[in-house]
Amino acid sequence: MLDRSSDKLVHMANQIGKFFASQGAETAPVAIAEHLRKFWDPRMRAGILSHLEAGGAGLDPLVRQAVERLRETAAAR
Amino acid sequence: MSLIHEIDHGTPRSRAETMVTLTIDGETMTVPEGTSILRAASEMGTAIPKLCATDMVEAFGSCRLCLVEIEGRAGTPASCTTPVMPGMVVKTQTERLKRLRKGVMELYISDHPLDCLTCAANGDCELQDMAGAVGLRDVRYGHEGHNHPNPGLDESNPYFTYDPSKCIVCSRCVRACEEVQGTFALTIAGRGFGSVVSPGMEESFLGSECVSCGACVQACPTATLTEKSVISIGQPEHSVITTCAYCGVGCTFKAEMRGNEVVRMVPWKDGKANRGHSCVKGRFAWGYASHKERILHPMIRASISDPWREVSWDEAIAYTASEFKRIQAKYGRLAIGGITSSRCTNEETFLVQKLIRGGFGNNNVDTCARVCHSPTGYGLSQTYGTSAGTQDFDSVEQSDVILLIGANPTDAHPVFGSRMKKRLREGAKLIVLDPRRIDLVRMPHVAAAHHLPLKPGTNVAVLTALAHVIVTEGLADEAFVRERCDWDEFQDWAAFVAEPRHSPEAIEAVAGVPAAEIRAAARLYATGGNGAIYYGLGVTEHSQGSTTVMAIANLAMATGNIGRPGVGVNPLRGQNNVQGACDMGSFPHEFSGYRHVSGDETRQLFESLWGVALDSEPGLRIPNMLDAAVDGVFKGLYVQGEDILQSDPDTRHVAAGLAAMECVVVQDLFLNETANYAHVFLPGSTFLEKDGTFTNAERRIQRVRKVMPSKSGKADWEITLDIAHAMGFDMNYAHPSEIMDEIAALTPSFAGVSYAKLEAEGSVQWPCNDKAPLGTPVMHIDGFVRGKGRFMVTEYVATDERTGPRFPLLLTTGRILSQYNVGAQTRRTENVVWHGEDRLEIHPHDAEQRGVLDGQWVKLASRSGETSLRALITERVAPGVVYTTFHHPGTQANVVTTDFSDWATNCPEYKVTAVQVMPSNGPTAWQESYDDHARNSRRIVEAAE
Repeated sequence: MLDRSSDKLVHMANQIGKFFASQGAETAPVAIAEHLRKFWDPRMRAGILSHLEAGGAGLDPLVRQAVERLRETAAAR
Repeated sequence: MSLIHEIDHGTPRSRAETMVTLTIDGETMTVPEGTSILRAASEMGTAIPKLCATDMVEAFGSCRLCLVEIEGRAGTPASCTTPVMPGMVVKTQTERLKRLRKGVMELYISDHPLDCLTCAANGDCELQDMAGAVGLRDVRYGHEGHNHPNPGLDESNPYFTYDPSKCIVCSRCVRACEEVQGTFALTIAGRGFGSVVSPGMEESFLGSECVSCGACVQACPTATLTEKSVISIGQPEHSVITTCAYCGVGCTFKAEMRGNEVVRMVPWKDGKANRGHSCVKGRFAWGYASHKERILHPMIRASISDPWREVSWDEAIAYTASEFKRIQAKYGRLAIGGITSSRCTNEETFLVQKLIRGGFGNNNVDTCARVCHSPTGYGLSQTYGTSAGTQDFDSVEQSDVILLIGANPTDAHPVFGSRMKKRLREGAKLIVLDPRRIDLVRMPHVAAAHHLPLKPGTNVAVLTALAHVIVTEGLADEAFVRERCDWDEFQDWAAFVAEPRHSPEAIEAVAGVPAAEIRAAARLYATGGNGAIYYGLGVTEHSQGSTTVMAIANLAMATGNIGRPGVGVNPLRGQNNVQGACDMGSFPHEFSGYRHVSGDETRQLFESLWGVALDSEPGLRIPNMLDAAVDGVFKGLYVQGEDILQSDPDTRHVAAGLAAMECVVVQDLFLNETANYAHVFLPGSTFLEKDGTFTNAERRIQRVRKVMPSKSGKADWEITLDIAHAMGFDMNYAHPSEIMDEIAALTPSFAGVSYAKLEAEGSVQWPCNDKAPLGTPVMHIDGFVRGKGRFMVTEYVATDERTGPRFPLLLTTGRILSQYNVGAQTRRTENVVWHGEDRLEIHPHDAEQRGVLDGQWVKLASRSGETSLRALITERVAPGVVYTTFHHPGTQANVVTTDFSDWATNCPEYKVTAVQVMPSNGPTAWQESYDDHARNSRRIVEAAE
């Protein structure tokens, strides 16, 4: 069960994913991750990462890949 | 200071490039072909007497006062209607001309009341001037004027009177209404001595189609049409040029003053955005500046249930800073933020974002463009490389086809709307994409070639269908695309739009627009000559707002309609300084000039000048701030000049967010709705009380000049400065010009801007720098800012806001001519006579199904909430669609709108809300409880003397 905040973040992330989906399976996750990095504040990004850690329910496949990518970048820093 | 007298050359300037040389009174003069003799003489310095001629309208030739003699021609032709010819020899003053003019003036004066000493136009009357100019000394026919009709004053308009007894039937008002405003509300009724100016079908001004733009009053040479403020105060004694603080057109006005009192605002002929025209708001609706509800003293309170307590500036600023510091100490650096205002100047906006980035130590700054044109910034930067419209307003004069999408310029940008109508009357074709039948679809002398009344939320589908026609029918400008755009990306895009699922026939069922109309519109835009796109919030305020902007950019590139006058992509900005607020770094992810905060080089530039380390992470956007507040982690907000409680969607969520904060600081003119949740109120200044600059929708930077002292004792930029100092952040300026110098030093597109240049040039359009020292009227002439234009694939994704059995209708919201946004200013003027409340427009079919009667209270409900307002039954909306404005806080229209937003920018989806409508007895429980809260919250305990 998602709480209201996570629900909203997942909805917003999936909206972003739907736009970039047309760029193909290889490029889209990179573009989605880049959009999240450039426009979402750290707290929102932490929120979506926490949601991924909790199983990532509701995330579309390309968005899930993007958030995983975000997690890797954050870990690398 | 003195009164600025603009020279009236009698007829408009000729645009011809061929020059003609003639002789006037022995002097040789060279002017463009098509210039009238009257104008040529005026430009030479000779003022031929005139009454019916004025350079705001074409020559009419009725008053017979501007007669001249021309060598080799019989008679005494009117110089206003006679164009110059090569070698022409003209005499403007001879015995015969003197005699004739005196005779004409005798006739005029014999039929005119001679109450000059008590007449409101005394000192500003062209009839009086001409009597003097022709040397009129006696009138053989008497002075009774008993033949002239005098049915009494028409004082129905709140801003001007009509006195028929003073009318000389020059028709200047009629012609101004037709040629300048394009409303055609006036005519001359009757014949001979019975001739009289008539609004509509001999109605009162207020009851007619008159839109109160003021053009007729400006054109009137006597006291027939006079501002009521001139009648009550008297003639002004000095004037100051300044810029209107209403919409994004950015009209320039002469504030005509007597001491510190505004007598009237008169549009300035040299204003490059308005070219001497105005609308009812800028021309007349400035009385809010001295409204009794202005708050002039700082106030604080510990809790929003307490009454306000008036305090000194020092106490208010110290309290603000101590609260913000306390919150940061307790909840962390990121727990506070601020909002800049599109109603404030560039300099004020720049300072607020500087305070937040440098003084608060985070990037939690956003601006009201979040809820209007943020998708324009994103969409155009992705495709063209810059976040602004491509043209100047003059460009419309060279357009052949105008594609108008989700905008209603005759209501929301009226002065530009008039310029657009003028071009349409000259023959340009119009295509309207709008769910409503806006006035431009069909009005006097204007009819759209195609109106595509698409279902709200289907912009992307229809625009992609237009692109489908252009690509599949071979109408794209391949040469332009190959030279100016990325060819591979174009091919990907072309293949995408060419898919059969994007054909008009496939989209017809989705958007509710006949396929044949989509095809015809696409062909017209692609092949009709210069194609210009103008759009408004009907494009941006959707869950696919940014995608729609990109689809628009694609269309312009594919047809080669970019990079020259007459074409382009033109967002019509809602507020006076939306463009400027965005330019100034008001968004949480970027510095001024649209540079991301993560860019080390840019950030270091700011750090070095400001002497403080800056955050490299983007901050919270307004909706994110409210979410974070509801989550309990965002606790303090500084709001300058914005009323988020009334303007932002999902009011109950906004209220919950504000109520969860521990310190909300509102800096504004009035106790607005947001102030009902505030702990500190800092009284702001109107545009009449400040120096600075606004940047309009065409990127034009214009001076705002102080015409009276600040009523609260501090300019808005000084308040921000004081907060910064109290927070321990050092910034110092003696005048807003110094803030602009810092903006120029830090922002490449503003590098050449200074107050000295603005004084010299009047205005400049950014980019203004070494490459373009006098600014850039048309962008992307030799190439796109980003290099190659980038085509973006725009997949249509239906909004998640769907109609269904519970909410079967779609609500869309918008604005009306006489009111402005949340109405904080216009509701406090006489403009309420035209629009005293928000109404719900509903189609007769939908009304009948629900048993709704015209004028009856109805409940408007969505999944977010419900409110009540009265119904207006009209066919302007299609069946299944309802519409309302949000100018009045009592309506609470945004209780109904949802928290869905644009995927890229979080711009709210105001334009699509699934609703139900049903008869009601009056206000809802929420409206009543909010009204109680608002009244309770506005209690003030005055400071002890």
